[in-house]
Amino acid sequence: MSLDRREFLKLTGLFGLGIGVSGVNLLLRSRVDAREFVTPSGSLIAKRWAMVVDIRKFRTAEDYKRVIDACHSIHNVPDFGNKKDEVKWIWTEEFEHAFPGQQNRYLPEWVIEKPFLLLCNHCDHPPCVRVCPTKATFKRKDGIVMQDPHRCIGCRFCMAACPYGSRSFNWRDPRPFIKKRNPEYPTRQIGVVEKCTFCAERLAQGLEPACVEKSNGAIIFGDLADPNSEVRRVLSNHYTIRRKPELGTQPSVFYIIGGEENA
Amino acid sequence: MYDGGKIIPGLIIFLLIITYPFYTNIGKPVAEIKPDLKTPEIERLEVKECVEPKAFMRAEHMKLLNEWRDSAVRDGNRVYINSKGKNYQISLQKTCLRCHSNRDKFCKVCHTYAGVKPYCWNCHFAKQEGKG
Repeated sequence: MSLDRREFLKLTGLFGLGIGVSGVNLLLRSRVDAREFVTPSGSLIAKRWAMVVDIRKFRTAEDYKRVIDACHSIHNVPDFGNKKDEVKWIWTEEFEHAFPGQQNRYLPEWVIEKPFLLLCNHCDHPPCVRVCPTKATFKRKDGIVMQDPHRCIGCRFCMAACPYGSRSFNWRDPRPFIKKRNPEYPTRQIGVVEKCTFCAERLAQGLEPACVEKSNGAIIFGDLADPNSEVRRVLSNHYTIRRKPELGTQPSVFYIIGGEENA
Repeated sequence: MYDGGKIIPGLIIFLLIITYPFYTNIGKPVAEIKPDLKTPEIERLEVKECVEPKAFMRAEHMKLLNEWRDSAVRDGNRVYINSKGKNYQISLQKTCLRCHSNRDKFCKVCHTYAGVKPYCWNCHFAKQEGKG
């Protein structure tokens, strides 16, 4: 059997066509008509979510615990019982460590001693998002810095990049260390990073973040882009500070330190 | 051919060994995969149908789940309108695994047969795991 040039080219063309048709067929096979993805009705929507923590309203250790426990129990955050493996979404820290650039030794004693409630700042310019090699962490249109644990490869670049220590790594399987499981929310697995999500799943149900709900008004949550929102009202009436503003990350968690009663 | 007397029988023996699984299994019944659809939750449904037609779900559920994940996590679109115009909440735990509450008799049956090990349940609770 021998082919001349013309025959060969004809056959090649036919073969290529066949492959193309079966390829298109494969692509079309997985389609279902007329389906759509939409935002749930009744969900809370904003242009730029932000939070104001009114630290004056946290008086007793119970006030902090109530808020932290609410968050950690809803999101199945494990408690490994040691600092080294600790996984945290919201936690407390002294002024000196929370606001290192704004520390001075002559601050009122209550400022030096008071625990400050810290969480992910959901920055305008999040360094964690810049360094993530897989886009597992990303910024949503409404400003929430989200994390997709399916894509996380556990490189921990984001943990090195975050100037606020907001990210925790699962060095061990977290499942056995979750005291009370919330069946409505997933856990994480060994080898992924996790952090606060501003309760994106609760906003979709029309609920405020868990910490806000349990804070009895000490944490205010709302839309920074809406001049009539409560966060904007609170921000325009109080002097607030943010963590490490000099880094230019533009955090969207603000703190009212207060001190009016001492002034 | 040099040494044909050795090469040809050698090739035949090689082919016999490599095709061993095929000719020993010819005519034998194929292992039956029967995912169990009878859960109390499904029994309670008036119209017993999944979010999409059965054939599509059987072949493409993994792709659909990936689309669901990206839509919910990335775009915040947590409602799925299916090909019949019906709305479903996008959630593996709250939608899929609520009806299919028998992971070991439903999901795992096919996954074991196909030899795939999806890591869904490393993080997402199967119904029986969520308690306590």
